[in-house]
Amino acid sequence: MDAEAAKFIGAGLAVFALFGVGLGIGNIFSTLISSVARNPASRDQVFPIGILGFALTEAVALFALLIAFLILFG
Amino acid sequence: MAGPIEQFEVKTIGPQINIGGLDLSFNNSALFMVVAATLAVVLVLAGMSRRELVPGRLQSFVEMLYEFIAGMVRDNAGAQARPYFPFVFTMFMFILLGNMLGMIPFTFTFTSHIIVTFALAMTVFVFVTVLGLVKHGLHFFSLFMPHGAPPLLAPIIIPIEVLSYFSRPVSLSIRLFANMMAGHTMLKVFAGFSVSLIGLGAAGVLGAIVPVIINIGLTAFEILVAFLQAYVFTILTCLYIRDALELH
Repeated sequence: MDAEAAKFIGAGLAVFALFGVGLGIGNIFSTLISSVARNPASRDQVFPIGILGFALTEAVALFALLIAFLILFG
Repeated sequence: MAGPIEQFEVKTIGPQINIGGLDLSFNNSALFMVVAATLAVVLVLAGMSRRELVPGRLQSFVEMLYEFIAGMVRDNAGAQARPYFPFVFTMFMFILLGNMLGMIPFTFTFTSHIIVTFALAMTVFVFVTVLGLVKHGLHFFSLFMPHGAPPLLAPIIIPIEVLSYFSRPVSLSIRLFANMMAGHTMLKVFAGFSVSLIGLGAAGVLGAIVPVIINIGLTAFEILVAFLQAYVFTILTCLYIRDALELH
């Protein structure tokens, strides 16, 4: 197998991690919606924490994407 | 035609300045850092120049920005962190303007280089560590032994806590760098799809509308991510300051 083909396979394998990230982000927003539905007054308190959680989980997605790009273009 | 990686190339603009083997010439990264810093200073000074009691648009915008970060410091770093507000505000403005300037076409995103974000994260890490050591002396190391944990588990817990403490600048820097680099690379890749689909002829032109629409959505998403990453960097800085000041 030449290096070019191995790069493409490696990059494809690296994005498997995004499965867990999709689950995580869906989890965050589902809990956010449930908690606001139970107690609409808490929206302003809960929403920033939800966004913080989203950004931190997104960071893990980008770690995986970073590895994929490093394999493809590095 | 350039691929998606050429946008991150650092190009020298001014005269070559080589001091002791280090290339210190003015380049596009430095140019945009100067632009971001100047823009931040001019924005705040111009906004507050006419101190009206009922603020106009620019003063209102600067006041909202101030109150946003002041509220964040108050809520997340604690009341004793008030003297460190200028540091947090400067970090936020620099990173926010750096990210946002990169969204303008043909500009350079200086936060998309790991060395820049690593320098910013190490500044925060060293600042917070020195703050904790100066305030608490050697008692600062009780940070690594959480309160309720049984002392028998200390040989396991303390190395894990130390490792996670040292992973803070790493995660802080890689989060910002990876978001910026991956986002901008995605934008260029989808733009490349549009161009290569047009090259296929008439049917390709109609099909090329899809990547353009995706690119519009991605640009909007990238602007959101630019703001979000500056917010996350700043709020984590506030949390680390609180950890250093209150030790639990």
